[in-house]
Amino acid sequence: MKRTPLYQVHKTLNAKFTEFGGWEMPLQYSSIVKEHLAVRSTIGLFDLSHMGEIDVRGQGANELVQKLSTNDVGRLTDGRVLYTLLCNETGGIVDDILIYRYTDNHYMLVVNASNIEKDLGWVQTHNDRGTEVSDESEDKTLIALQGPKSIDILEPLVSDQSLSEIGYFRFVLGKVAGIPTIISRTGYTGEVGFELYVSAKNAEHLWNALYPGVIAADGEPVGLGARDTLRLEAGLRLYGIDMDDNTNPFEAGLGRFVKSKKRQFIGRDALLAEKKRGIARQMVGFQMLDRAVARAGYAVYQADKHIGKVTSGAPSPILKCSIGFASIISQAIPDEKIDVEIRGKLHPAKIVKVPFISTGT
Amino acid sequence: MIPENLKYMESHEWTRQEGDIATIGISDYAQSEIQDIVYVELPEVGTELTQKTEFGVIESVKAAFDLYAPVSGEVIAVNESLLDAPEQVNESPYDDGWMLKIRMTDSAELDALLDADSYQAHIEAEHA
Repeated sequence: MKRTPLYQVHKTLNAKFTEFGGWEMPLQYSSIVKEHLAVRSTIGLFDLSHMGEIDVRGQGANELVQKLSTNDVGRLTDGRVLYTLLCNETGGIVDDILIYRYTDNHYMLVVNASNIEKDLGWVQTHNDRGTEVSDESEDKTLIALQGPKSIDILEPLVSDQSLSEIGYFRFVLGKVAGIPTIISRTGYTGEVGFELYVSAKNAEHLWNALYPGVIAADGEPVGLGARDTLRLEAGLRLYGIDMDDNTNPFEAGLGRFVKSKKRQFIGRDALLAEKKRGIARQMVGFQMLDRAVARAGYAVYQADKHIGKVTSGAPSPILKCSIGFASIISQAIPDEKIDVEIRGKLHPAKIVKVPFISTGT
Repeated sequence: MIPENLKYMESHEWTRQEGDIATIGISDYAQSEIQDIVYVELPEVGTELTQKTEFGVIESVKAAFDLYAPVSGEVIAVNESLLDAPEQVNESPYDDGWMLKIRMTDSAELDALLDADSYQAHIEAEHA
């Protein structure tokens, strides 16, 4: 298993570890609930070094990322970030990623840990104009600060920048604690926050610079356990769980990130044909009506008819009940009442709007 | 915290004997490992349990954990308050967090369980 440059730091903090996407990552430090609530009320500090970064630059860079993206990269200006899907020729989702635009011929693709090699291969396969594509995952460390106190905690460490001027899904190249950093107003929690990309050799220095402020603000270091419950409450999908190569964006409820007017991209024709034919499945958010916990893979019923399965499910520390995503048949269902089969018994749930909670990014 | 007067399973359930009645719960070590307990599923009164077979489930935020019966017998009481307040298992694993009372069919089954010292050694081995 791969270890992040901050592995020893996590050891010292007595983290419990878990395997994720080939990495040995902190699962939790204190408790998942405590860490989750810290992010919602104050601030949390995350090591997300397992995420991959692919640099795309030079001749044809713009055309290459456009060709690969379901979302319209042409809408980006310098210093902006775009959420997009990469689809294969049949419309299946290769990955869901962020694209950072430095300039119109220089981009950074931030990809899921388990997909780094697949994505790199995918980008290279379609790189027919000799664009420079390099995997920077080894050298780039990603540390995130998420929560309503993020600006207060980070501001004193940033010298030449006013953080409140960095809008949501924008980034700047600045310095944090003297270290060259890509300061990105993004995150996977639904809260105000920043994702900080630094060279791996500076990872520990940056973590140690941020940590005291986080603790002083009653914040917590946060592991992947709470990262999962935070993203779920915020209504955000997880690649490999809620979608994969055999799921198209419409089935994953991500149709709004498919911009097919006046542009070509890989998978476009298949997706348009699919849409014309009618999408077989839909993704819905649901909330359990008793205390039972719905988890991935559990069967979903309506009026005793099997209509699909849970893709993500967990107890929500904020709502104090179990929530999740379910992939169910698309045809109109009579009402929001469904049942989830848990250990052979049906438990009542209802379909609800996502995000499950309102947050402020 | 491992009370001397209880018997333990390797799967971390404890048993307190009073005559032919056994009270059952999970150990302090188990609750601290599981953490953040949000749901406890227990059998109904009248259910017949067999030693070392599953009788219920505990759910934390992260995962579900099966519960195993330390002894055979009939369930004569269930701690219903855990349905609404499962966190009692975290807060008070040996008292408020008890789960079942069983009328034992064979109290000699208790001899197959671990005493406090053996359980302590088992935890240390599991941690090593």
